[in-house]
Amino acid sequence: MTQPARHAAMLSISNGGPNAVAVDKQQSQHIHTQSQSSQGLRVPSNRKTIYDRHLNRSRSAELSRASFAFLFAEMVTYAQRRVTGIQDLERRLNEQGYPLGLRLLDLLYYRTMASSTSSSLSSSSTSAAPPNRPLRILPLLHLIHGPLWRLLFNRPADALEHSVSPETPNEYMITDNDPLVNTYISVPKEMSMLNCAAFVAGIIEGVCDGCGFEAKVTAHNQPTEMWPGRTIFLLRFGESVMEREKVLERAGVK
Amino acid sequence: MAVFSLIIINKAGGLVYQREFQPGLRKLSTNDYLVLAGTFHGVHAITRSITPKLPLVATTTNPPIAPTTATTPTPNVTSPSSTSTPTPSSSSSTYTYPNPGIPATGLECLETDKFRLTCFQTLTGTKFLLFTEPTMVNIDVVMKKIYELYADFVMKNPFYQLEMPVRCESFDRNLQGWLRGRT
Repeated sequence: MTQPARHAAMLSISNGGPNAVAVDKQQSQHIHTQSQSSQGLRVPSNRKTIYDRHLNRSRSAELSRASFAFLFAEMVTYAQRRVTGIQDLERRLNEQGYPLGLRLLDLLYYRTMASSTSSSLSSSSTSAAPPNRPLRILPLLHLIHGPLWRLLFNRPADALEHSVSPETPNEYMITDNDPLVNTYISVPKEMSMLNCAAFVAGIIEGVCDGCGFEAKVTAHNQPTEMWPGRTIFLLRFGESVMEREKVLERAGVK
Repeated sequence: MAVFSLIIINKAGGLVYQREFQPGLRKLSTNDYLVLAGTFHGVHAITRSITPKLPLVATTTNPPIAPTTATTPTPNVTSPSSTSTPTPSSSSSTYTYPNPGIPATGLECLETDKFRLTCFQTLTGTKFLLFTEPTMVNIDVVMKKIYELYADFVMKNPFYQLEMPVRCESFDRNLQGWLRGRT
């Protein structure tokens, strides 16, 4: 929040002239709104904002499931406005999750590095060196299946599969038997194709893109007798990723 | 120890949910259920308004205004002999519910030799009607759990529109599962 303001201040100094006044005005407005918003709920008595705290502070903190449920319900309602169909609604939910995944990735790296056990990031990194970012698809999938799921939902995902069909080697599936986001949601019969975990699919897509793996992720209902809310996240990696995968395989990169 | 059926009535008296939990119950038509819900809503309101009140014998306003009226056997402030100004304020305070701290509730329980109907009205005005066996105990526990499931799976569902009929699959599933697990 403070970064762009500082940048604007530097601009105004170097420019001078009438332009600078305008920038200055903008900046003061910016600061004004900032100070207004800082008078809100989130400023503790010792004037330390959430940005002054240590990132690992909230690592094991608990969130209210009810407040999340209400927030997510509101997000779904918001996404439902002026949509043309179920696919459009899922696309919107996906778009809501995507930036979250991109931003979450840094926190995820930070925390998995901090715990500094070599097995925490990926199962394939057997060396004693600290875990690197995933270069191949499998470590990436393990990162999503394990650490990302634990960060988001406090448990690993339930299954990780590769497409058996030879025509679609770029498809992988991550299964969640009872997605947290869908706990309280009952989709009406006329929208039975809809799965609100499209939001989570968007988060996964953001993580994949952030890692440099172009992918499309979608959420699909796969109910079973035992798990009526079972959801499969289908990851489709792009051609460039598959080509790179082949090159890396030949080079012996793990 | 069986729960026969559950009816949920919204604050306007409309039927929003109806479900049977035991096989072999005689079913009513949808229209009859709507009429039943509306009728019960009216009866509930009537029972609430006819809750008997106790007269307050020692009213503080009576002695200073008209000491002569206090000697009459029934100290009635609305009598024409008393002055007109304190009448509206004191007439409302001469009668009170037996337990003034608790507001009057309507019909709570209706019992026949075949079933017992328990009504629970939430603070928001929604009514839960539970039909059980007359011998069943701890109905308040069942009612509380049903309210909890309603708050979870109906009110947190983004596809549910307030005051409209409840069509939430997960509510049905959890309700059924919980009631089955109890017996």
